[in-house]
Amino acid sequence: MIHMENLTKYYGELCAVDHINLDIHKGEILGLLGPNGAGKTTTIRMMTGFFRPNEGTIRVKDFSIEDQLLEIKKMIGYLPESAPLYYSMLVFDYLSYVAKIRGIQGKQILTRIKELSDLCGLSNMMHKNIAQLSKGYKQRVGLAHAMMCNPEILILDEPTSGLDPNQIVEIREIIRRIGKQKTVILSTHILSEAEATCDRIVIINKGKIVADGKTDDLKHSASEEVILNIGVKETSPESVISEFKPIQEVVRVERQHSTDPDILNFQIICRKSNGVDPRKTIYTKIKETNWVLVELHQQTKTLEHIFRELTRESN
Amino acid sequence: MNQLSHILGKEFKDYFISPIAYIVISIFLLVTGWLFFTTFFLYNQAMLRNFFNLLPLVFAFVIPAITMRLFAEELNIGSYEILLTMPVRFTDIILGKFFGGLLFVMTMLLPTISYAITVALIGDLDWGPVIGGYLGAVLLGAAYTAIGIFASSLTRNQIIAFIIGTAICFTLSIIDKMLYFFPQTLLGVINYLGADYHFQNIAKGVVDSRDILYFVSVCFIGLYGTHISMQEKI
Repeated sequence: MIHMENLTKYYGELCAVDHINLDIHKGEILGLLGPNGAGKTTTIRMMTGFFRPNEGTIRVKDFSIEDQLLEIKKMIGYLPESAPLYYSMLVFDYLSYVAKIRGIQGKQILTRIKELSDLCGLSNMMHKNIAQLSKGYKQRVGLAHAMMCNPEILILDEPTSGLDPNQIVEIREIIRRIGKQKTVILSTHILSEAEATCDRIVIINKGKIVADGKTDDLKHSASEEVILNIGVKETSPESVISEFKPIQEVVRVERQHSTDPDILNFQIICRKSNGVDPRKTIYTKIKETNWVLVELHQQTKTLEHIFRELTRESN
Repeated sequence: MNQLSHILGKEFKDYFISPIAYIVISIFLLVTGWLFFTTFFLYNQAMLRNFFNLLPLVFAFVIPAITMRLFAEELNIGSYEILLTMPVRFTDIILGKFFGGLLFVMTMLLPTISYAITVALIGDLDWGPVIGGYLGAVLLGAAYTAIGIFASSLTRNQIIAFIIGTAICFTLSIIDKMLYFFPQTLLGVINYLGADYHFQNIAKGVVDSRDILYFVSVCFIGLYGTHISMQEKI
């Protein structure tokens, strides 16, 4: 459906998006994840034709962004970050203006606005000035705007930012309902949101794609590894690290900050293998030494850990 | 073409949603009415020449105030992104906003016809120069609107847009009165650049294709500059 090749965007010297290749298929709900300033919004703005890429190209269906931008814009419904709408207009006036620009005619304008106001829960807000609306309602007007022409592709930039938990659930519900028939691309930096709504997750960091996969696959690969937090006494950090490093299942050993100066805290990331409980491996190892074990607990790895590992260097 | 008319309609309606329209129209009528009628009875002649004489200067301040929001406001609140990601061509956006602004300028001129009617009632008014004057006023208004839109597309700050627009329009209004500052050889060219010079020609009732060409060129340059400025932003 959408094909991006070598997509690159510079802001002066800064490379915001760095040679991205991505294919988005029909009917997918794709979550674009990344820390602040990773290049999510820039990528989205290039997809919608608001920015022109410095290098590379985007094709939507058979249309290319250089020559047939207008055709592409007709297929895309877009909600920019924080829904910048015309604040002086009434909600109804705004939506009918959008409908007219989108080429909806005559009586259909009213029916379409009615449908969307029911879908987005705007029926009581139609006569209000957009400037008077709360952030959640502005977001809903933005969503109605994006869905006006029943677009094949819906692009939402941080659709739930600044909303209260109830509104977040409602907007997610709407997105999932739409996502059954359409291709939806949404950007967010909230992981639980991507986990709850998206079929596929792409993580971007410093303008590059660092992970790309089905949400379930990513979650599965996360659960391949476990994190053990241990606290030991009467030893030195060096000997702890040299003791654990050689073990086959151990991926990484990291010293953690501890409140008690006598206790050394470590985080050990282990691979699950052959059904052996990693806790057992670690415990057996400690038993061979004369350290005092004061703490040992296991944490399952989540998407959040993957995200943090992949995007950590930027911090 | 259809989308152009929707944008035009929206921009024109927008003026009347906020108090700006009423304030600008009142100030315009107050200033022109006062300046015109204070000297009208001194000359004791039934003509509107004094009104049209001061129009370029008044327009140089009023029109940039009307056009300053057309792009700067959108850039500032970010709705520019929404406008540009809808299936509309740049030319539709620019021309829609231009004609929206021009329509407002014409609305603002409409009540001044009462000046002509008043004068016609108390004296023997020659309607030729009056019609020429209004034709010239619309052309002048179009040229200044194009310049104002260009200024507005340069910045997200409406005040800066107003100052840039006024600076250009004011220069065009007075440059033909500043000829003694320029070398002899350039006089013809600089005189030709002045908007006031061309406007006064038409306001005399002489509609010359050179004057019309001048205003059309200024419109084209202003709107083309806006197009370039929009291209630069993507």
